[in-house]
Amino acid sequence: MSTPYAKLPAWADYGLIPLINLSVAFIVAGFVVMLVGENPFRAAVILVEGAFGKGTGIAFTLFYATTFIFTGLSVAVAAHCSLFNIGTEGQAYIGGLGIALVCLSLDSVMPWWVIFPIAIVAAAAFGALWGLIPAYLQAKRGSHIVITTIMFNFIAASVMVYLLVGPLKPAGSQAPQTRNFLAGAELPKLNWIIELFGAKIRSAPLNICFLLALVMAFLIWLLIWRTRLGYEMRTYGHSPKAARYAGISETRIIITAMMISGALAGMMALNPVMGDQHNVAIDFVSGAGYVGIAVALMGRLHPVGIVLAAILFGMLYQGGAELAFEMPAISRDMIVIIQGLVILFAGALEHMFRPYIQALFASVSPKSVGMQAVNGKGA
Amino acid sequence: MAQAAIELIGINKSFGAVRANRDINLEVARGTIHGIVGENGAGKSTLMSILYGFYQADSGEIRVGGKPVSISTSNDAIALGIGMVHQHFMLVDNFTVLENVILGAENDALLKSSIAKARSELDRLEREYGLEVDPDAVIEELPVGLQQRVEILKALYRGAEILILDEPTGVLTPAEADHLFRILKQLKDQGKTIVLITHKLREIMAITDTVSVMRQGTMVATRVTKETTVGELAELMVGRRVLLRVEKGQSEAGAVKLSVKNLTVKDSRGVTMVDNVSFDVRGGEIVGIAGVAGNGQSELLEAISGIRHAVSGEVMLEGKPIDLTGKADPGELRDRGLAHVPEDRHHVGLVLAFEENENSILGYHDDERYLKGPFLDVDAIMADAKDKIEKYDIRPGNPRLKTANFSGGNQQKIVLAREMEQDPGVLIVGQPTRGVDVGAIEFIHKRLIAMRDQGKAVLVVSVELDEIRSLSDRILVMFAGRVVGERGPEATEGELGLLMAGVEHQEAAE
Ligand SMILES: Nc1ncnc2c1ncn2[C@@H]1O[C@H](COP(=O)(O)OP(=O)(O)OP(=O)(O)O)[C@@H](O)[C@H]1O
Ligand SMILES: [Mg+2]
Repeated sequence: MSTPYAKLPAWADYGLIPLINLSVAFIVAGFVVMLVGENPFRAAVILVEGAFGKGTGIAFTLFYATTFIFTGLSVAVAAHCSLFNIGTEGQAYIGGLGIALVCLSLDSVMPWWVIFPIAIVAAAAFGALWGLIPAYLQAKRGSHIVITTIMFNFIAASVMVYLLVGPLKPAGSQAPQTRNFLAGAELPKLNWIIELFGAKIRSAPLNICFLLALVMAFLIWLLIWRTRLGYEMRTYGHSPKAARYAGISETRIIITAMMISGALAGMMALNPVMGDQHNVAIDFVSGAGYVGIAVALMGRLHPVGIVLAAILFGMLYQGGAELAFEMPAISRDMIVIIQGLVILFAGALEHMFRPYIQALFASVSPKSVGMQAVNGKGA
Repeated sequence: MAQAAIELIGINKSFGAVRANRDINLEVARGTIHGIVGENGAGKSTLMSILYGFYQADSGEIRVGGKPVSISTSNDAIALGIGMVHQHFMLVDNFTVLENVILGAENDALLKSSIAKARSELDRLEREYGLEVDPDAVIEELPVGLQQRVEILKALYRGAEILILDEPTGVLTPAEADHLFRILKQLKDQGKTIVLITHKLREIMAITDTVSVMRQGTMVATRVTKETTVGELAELMVGRRVLLRVEKGQSEAGAVKLSVKNLTVKDSRGVTMVDNVSFDVRGGEIVGIAGVAGNGQSELLEAISGIRHAVSGEVMLEGKPIDLTGKADPGELRDRGLAHVPEDRHHVGLVLAFEENENSILGYHDDERYLKGPFLDVDAIMADAKDKIEKYDIRPGNPRLKTANFSGGNQQKIVLAREMEQDPGVLIVGQPTRGVDVGAIEFIHKRLIAMRDQGKAVLVVSVELDEIRSLSDRILVMFAGRVVGERGPEATEGELGLLMAGVEHQEAAE
């Protein structure tokens, strides 16, 4: 008996516990809002309305969610192989470089539907390459991936600053960014889908990267649970000794997992770069890589959970922006605090309430505290 | 009968459709040692977990010292004077003995004063019960036998009057097990009550006063130990006669299939674990390696199976050398007909978090049978897993159940089924029946002998002398990394015991 607590039914595990964690996060956030002298209920209403009330809000929420799906999947893939990839941030940044090179050279001669696939490959390849080096160092030299990926975030930032104030900056421009892409490198918007439901949209950046993100979520599910490679990654993730026994090469599996993780991170850049800004600017990732860690944890490393968690964080971003606008006492930084609380309760303190809930379940109905039905002969 | 320390009345517990405990009644008298035996998956651990507050019974009553109690957490159990020594120790590896003992029972905000108090209390307990351990030793540096003593001390320190031990001797050497039993007897003499779960019927006969037998979730019999026999207990457990020693014909040894020459293996600290070992295993024979745990057997197996780097020597599989640099691909060795049942099924042979069907392809997951291009062929894997479940009587027969939720013996069957069903030419097996019930031991032994009779080369490493003697056609004894003797299956236990203790070896060296 290695587990001190019995299992909960699946619905409580995947529904009730996240809901409780989230509620607690919002209650604590409510106190913070009270502390600055605002009404927490009105703040909550503004937040939710800002995110889902109008068509434009929904479009923005989904636009942010798209970014977080990519980074969340990136973190999750590595985590299934027990690698803590903190480098999603830098890998996404370098992915942006790949996109910039493709778009800047092709946008005048080709339509978007030719450039897009090429840019996807470039983004993935650049991100994968940025994941490869720490992976190689871990596999061959034993340098810890957490340390190296953090360092590579800084290196990525420096490289990009150098390029964006130097070679990639158009002559004569003051802004540290590439020139704006031409129409050939602009992705179609998806706002019409929301408009189909009758909502009005002024202007919002939701674009076809959202669909790409959903496709990737499905492909990652396939990869992890339905392919040989995913099987090997999970084996290594649960037990390196068992992987060794099973003839799974440690070097190969670490490098492969990190490259896939890096590729997903790199693809994140498609959304803001080709879908919204139409240029690559300094610091365009702005923390989305770190949010990916929270999204992956909250989504229990499962693509469906990650999509849901990404939408939640998209809501916090969009609704938070509205809130900062509507309530002057609440600054941008307060929004970050609220986001931090969600990460704290849903991610870091995920198991805080579990024992109590288990005790509760055990006393109310002991039968429910077990595994799902087993149709064996019994023993 | 003396007053009952524990009474369990009408206990029921189900996990989904599996009824792990049905209407269990059990009474244990104060100041006695009570044994519980039963097949793998009979529900022994579940019952004790209910008593210790890990699980809640669906229905039934628990009485401690005659009073009805409700135990919903292990803290409740501890408060009632119930202590448990877990099969997998729950100690903090890099803490000292003292720190582990007081962990969770510190009663002052300042550690310093409670440490001083704890030290004298620990000292008293050690003296009173003959449980010597150095309070300042770090856990990870202690041998398992001593770690177990720390677990016992931990329970006593919390005031345990009733001590539950779940398969305590599975990991112990025979000498350590003897010492444990002396301690248990002493505890009993001091009035403590002990519940002992074990698969080794000999231990039951040696130390318990009364014994209960469980089968498929029910309590089928309780006996006074003096009035029963090993044969009767085995029969009660399994519901049929059990062969405690499987019959086998004369071996017909053929060509050499596995050949080890001058193999030397060092561990990570540079200590020689396997010292210039040579032997052959022929097709159609079982070679058994006996020895007290820790004399190089594990390293030997790992080197042969390509997992561990060897310093020097040569291993030939079917006439071709195995890469001993530690870079050998175990997958390739599998293709060449080497199957390996590792000693440590929890960390090496299985991924406990996987579903049963996923484990039934571990190591063979790149076999075409289980794949459709890069994808796993889920239907084929499932059908294959069901097939093995059927053949090896793995219970519960659900290939989607998480492997951690199978009982120990059934986990072992999952590994054996996987390795044996690949039809390997050479099979190496570490501790084939650790934690496995008598019925399953008989089954596993029959299977191993059937492999032999099909002309396979079988190498078995076991710390159980009985097992080695009943399976092997030839017995090699390892001591301090060397093979110190070879005997036939007729060798007596005493003779092998002396070899295992290194006696003859030392005399020869002088
Ligand atoms: N958490 C769980 N979920 C589902 N089934 C479980 C769980 N724990 C135990 N079982 C099942 O309950 C039955 C009894 O298991 P238990 O561990 O009590 O057996 P045991 O008698 O201790 O066996 P062993 O001798 O192998 O240790 C088994 O069929 C097992 O698979
Ligand atoms: Mg058990």
